[in-house]
Amino acid sequence: MDVIIESLPQYWDGFLRTLFLAAVSGIIALVVGTLLAAARVSPVAALRGFSMAYVEVVRNTPLTIAFFFAAVVLPRLGVTFQQFEIAAIIALSAYTSAFIAEAVRSGVNSVPVGQAEAARSIGMQFGQVLSLIILPQALRTVIPPMINILIALVKNSSVAGAFYVLELFGYGKQLANDHGDAVMWVLVGVAFFYLLITVPLGYLAHQVERKVAIAR
Amino acid sequence: MSSVLYDVPGPKARRTSLIGSVIGVVLIAALLAWAIMTLAQQGIFQAQRWAIFGQADVWTLIFNGISATLSAAAIAAVIAFPLGLLLCLMRISDVAWIRIPTRIVLEFLRGMPVVLMMLFVLLVFATSSFIAVVAGLVLYNAAIFAEIIRAGIQSLPRGQREAGLAIGLTSFQSRLTIELPQAVRRMLPSLVAQLVVLLKDTSLGYIVAYGELLRAVQVMADFLGPQFLFPVFFVAAAIYIAINLAVSRLAIWIERHGSKKAAGGVAKAPTAGVSTIVK
Repeated sequence: MDVIIESLPQYWDGFLRTLFLAAVSGIIALVVGTLLAAARVSPVAALRGFSMAYVEVVRNTPLTIAFFFAAVVLPRLGVTFQQFEIAAIIALSAYTSAFIAEAVRSGVNSVPVGQAEAARSIGMQFGQVLSLIILPQALRTVIPPMINILIALVKNSSVAGAFYVLELFGYGKQLANDHGDAVMWVLVGVAFFYLLITVPLGYLAHQVERKVAIAR
Repeated sequence: MSSVLYDVPGPKARRTSLIGSVIGVVLIAALLAWAIMTLAQQGIFQAQRWAIFGQADVWTLIFNGISATLSAAAIAAVIAFPLGLLLCLMRISDVAWIRIPTRIVLEFLRGMPVVLMMLFVLLVFATSSFIAVVAGLVLYNAAIFAEIIRAGIQSLPRGQREAGLAIGLTSFQSRLTIELPQAVRRMLPSLVAQLVVLLKDTSLGYIVAYGELLRAVQVMADFLGPQFLFPVFFVAAAIYIAINLAVSRLAIWIERHGSKKAAGGVAKAPTAGVSTIVK
């Protein structure tokens, strides 16, 4: 167990980098995903089609393939990165945005049509319908799955460790190499730091879900 | 199809959206053209780069990769499902000393990256990379299957269990013979959707040096030369995505043509496909 205490500085650095990767990719994915969802529910057919194709393809692509593309294939095509973190952020946010888009879309679709019809019939404009009637209801159903997507993002960021980024998993691999006799404890330590992020987030998702649950 | 957000469009709105569509198509086409131009500048479309697909060896390697991917996924799924059923029964047991430890174990398994479990098995038990991949997939997916089935049991009408108890079944008999079969049928779309996640996660085997499809791509590129990396990668990725799309479609098909034998019908496949979404 000593090896865990000995390696605390590495763990801590990896932990912060994992958080950083997840936070940056998460924010980009939220923005891109929301735009994709907006395109998906828009009246413009071309945007709907594009958004649908993107979501379907990306959702069925293994994350490892996305990483391989960003970190190995792109440099071959002349797109080189100063730091592999950037490739990791591209892969993670491109992947996660498809899931965010689906969550947002299902949230908007979960609002009964009658809600918007009623709002329009009393003379509300599109902006009012959206901001006063639809979004507040959609958000309640969307936040718990959003948190779950972020949990998955934190776990997925571990793939970056295999593609030259020194985050929690990357340090784990390195430490396991250096401490051949205590591999088990090294990896238990890595697991502990992941659980430190994912378990509280899971608990939060559960609480939010119970709090905002609406009987429909 | 009526949408929440807007009325059935009239002539003016239809014209506006048509103009929008045209602009959208032009923009997307421009983006694609730019991407293709960039690739062409790298010489990607030279015939000789794609001529390797005329060689039988290349296809043999690709199909070896696919079969390695599919066999790891199939074996993992076959082990993970019964284990998931067992974990589910333990998780909802009436006996606290079974229920609580199971819950802790499930939280632990769900909260960890799959690739970490693979690496753990590989290094700590010094197994082959195939066993490491299968073990990682089994541990993670059994936990997810357990949670999906538990959600299915909780979504059944209360009367199902009450009726079982009323005719004198024990709690365990009611779970096993009445609730579990219905829960599995009800959650079939989610279970199949989880198979896609399992299949996708097989590619993590690349990281623990298992010879799956992506590893086969890497080996081929090392062997043939880096200029063939893109063509081989492109074909392999397309095959991977096509397989996953087919399984996803199956989940949606089951959802539409759901079994009538489950009380409350068939639940929807999780739209986000994120395995942790279990209500």
